[in-house]
Amino acid sequence: MKSGRFTKKNGLFVLQLGAVLLLPFITDALLGRGWVRIVDFAMLYIMLALGLNIVVGYAGLLDLGYIAFFAVGAYCFALTGSPHLALAFPQLFPAGLHLSFWQVVPLSALLAGGFGVLLGAPTLRLRGDYLAIVTLGFGEIIRIFLNNLNAPINLTNGPQGISLIDPIAVAGVSLNAGEEILGITFPSVHLYFYLFLAFTALVIFVSHRLEKSRIGRAWMAIREDEIAATAMGINTRNLKLLAFAMGAMFGGVSGTLFAGFQGFVSPESFSLMESVMVLCMVVLGGMGNIRGVILGGVLLALLPEILRHGIVPLQQALFGRTVIDPEGLRMLLFGTALIAVMLYRPAGLWPSRVRRSELEADEPESTI
Amino acid sequence: METFLQQIINGLVQGSVYALVALGYTMVYGILGLINFAHGEVVMVGAMLVISSLTAMLSWGVPLLLALPISVVLAMAGCMALGYSIERIAYRPLRHAPRLAPLITAIGVSILLQNLAMMIWGREYHAFPQLIVSQPHHIGGAIINDIQIIIIIMALAIMAGLMLLVHRTRLGRAMRAVAENQHAAQLMGVDVNRVISVTFMLGSALAAIAGLMVSANYGLAHYYMGFLLGLKAFTAAVLGGIGNLRGAMLGGLLLGLIESLGAGYIGDLTGGFMGSQYQDVFAFFVLIAVLVFRPSGLLGEQLAERA
Repeated sequence: MKSGRFTKKNGLFVLQLGAVLLLPFITDALLGRGWVRIVDFAMLYIMLALGLNIVVGYAGLLDLGYIAFFAVGAYCFALTGSPHLALAFPQLFPAGLHLSFWQVVPLSALLAGGFGVLLGAPTLRLRGDYLAIVTLGFGEIIRIFLNNLNAPINLTNGPQGISLIDPIAVAGVSLNAGEEILGITFPSVHLYFYLFLAFTALVIFVSHRLEKSRIGRAWMAIREDEIAATAMGINTRNLKLLAFAMGAMFGGVSGTLFAGFQGFVSPESFSLMESVMVLCMVVLGGMGNIRGVILGGVLLALLPEILRHGIVPLQQALFGRTVIDPEGLRMLLFGTALIAVMLYRPAGLWPSRVRRSELEADEPESTI
Repeated sequence: METFLQQIINGLVQGSVYALVALGYTMVYGILGLINFAHGEVVMVGAMLVISSLTAMLSWGVPLLLALPISVVLAMAGCMALGYSIERIAYRPLRHAPRLAPLITAIGVSILLQNLAMMIWGREYHAFPQLIVSQPHHIGGAIINDIQIIIIIMALAIMAGLMLLVHRTRLGRAMRAVAENQHAAQLMGVDVNRVISVTFMLGSALAAIAGLMVSANYGLAHYYMGFLLGLKAFTAAVLGGIGNLRGAMLGGLLLGLIESLGAGYIGDLTGGFMGSQYQDVFAFFVLIAVLVFRPSGLLGEQLAERA
């Protein structure tokens, strides 16, 4: 007799789903409201990491300026959803634009995708380290422009950033105020959690479908051997551009979510360190493996917070006072962790199966 | 015209520093095919060591003519030890790993060094002690001071010395052999690991001197100074042709000139729309332009595609 819907696998899935859905309430009860906010940010990082995974993990294009697309998406919402335009250009936009979140999402996806192609087009011939450095330069250029485009035309408000961004509204309900549904009170951070969860699920779904698709297999072929891939009739140029554009679109949409969630954006949020962080999530977790990337995202988003909350009390307990600056120590441990993981698991914590078999088959490459 | 000459002088001084740091990148890349992302931090550590030891010794009453060489030697030794350890811990175990792995450890080392420096030396700017009353000299309306003259001369002398070392000594020949073909060099009896260690130490010693120059020129050092400097020096190395020593020197000087002339004239060129705050953008535009139009750099040979 077939056991129908309630197989062991299904049961486990329902259990996991339930745990994820209850996560904000559990976190709230155990650790407090502040941690729900941290979990929300972790979700944003997971989205970013999954977006970058398309570029780095699938297509093998090393991108160190990924946060620029996040910035494009965030500033897209900041400009269209805040009073900034009304203040800077009173003649053109007397009341500001105030587009709704759902209008901005496709807009920022398109814009970020466009920037992705803009970055991809001139760098098509580059691979590996060179590409990393060029993308790094691109990310820095975007940040420098965001920092300085407040004069003579005040487009980005410079280092002060743009504040008072409209909150995200779903079905007419603003997520910034709590909401009571069926007698349960959902505070704002919880509501954002469910919004981010929905978007993350969408990103996971798209990544998963891409991985198995013709496009995904073509990307992996390019990653492994570009010349062989070309010989097999793959249009490497278009596919690489597509990888850049897809990754950038995911980055842009998460940027929009970030802007709505924070209500404020400034160039400081888009430093190179953030790009590095996202790349580390992808590489540490296991490039090309969705589960690994999610693991990497969770670990690296939460680890610094745990260290932040653990270091000061620990020092208090040990020495009775704060001996070492916790911020420095936190980053110190982070750097050490990066080195240690790479030394002991060069393919990441949870490598993709295809990737692992390829790595093991690889004979030691001679360096010139 | 005065502006032009002044910007040329500033560019040459800045370019000499870039060139010294770029040499460190290019030597390592030539031998290992690896971008040593942590190199900029070594420069920062060098600057910090020089300032700390110099300030300490001057306050103990050690005469300047003795204190300066001692602190420079100290900084060089410290940086060499640092460079050696970086290679030993973060790069050597990963020599046959996927190419992304050493890049991530390099980033890890960079974060580690930055934060260590921040814990040791704090977040504040450290002033370089006033050593000599630096006389300004006027050349055709532009001003150059003694420290700047010393920097340019010192950089040229060091580069000449390095060229001699690489092209005239046994060690240099071993380095070139390893860069050409590691396995063949090993078969010929070259101790490859030793050569690689020495290369890292040599690059780090140059980095220490560059750190001294930068902090003496600006009068300041800061735990975060290494990052951007390293990035620009890398750009210089790519501009000249990475893996090529003469290229790194040429690229460094050119990048310094491009930056200072660009910053000096961008306001006029864009009708006041962009000012000198965009100075840092030039390095990145140069980098992208070079990699797109001439990936092998100005003096580089055509390199095989590196994945």
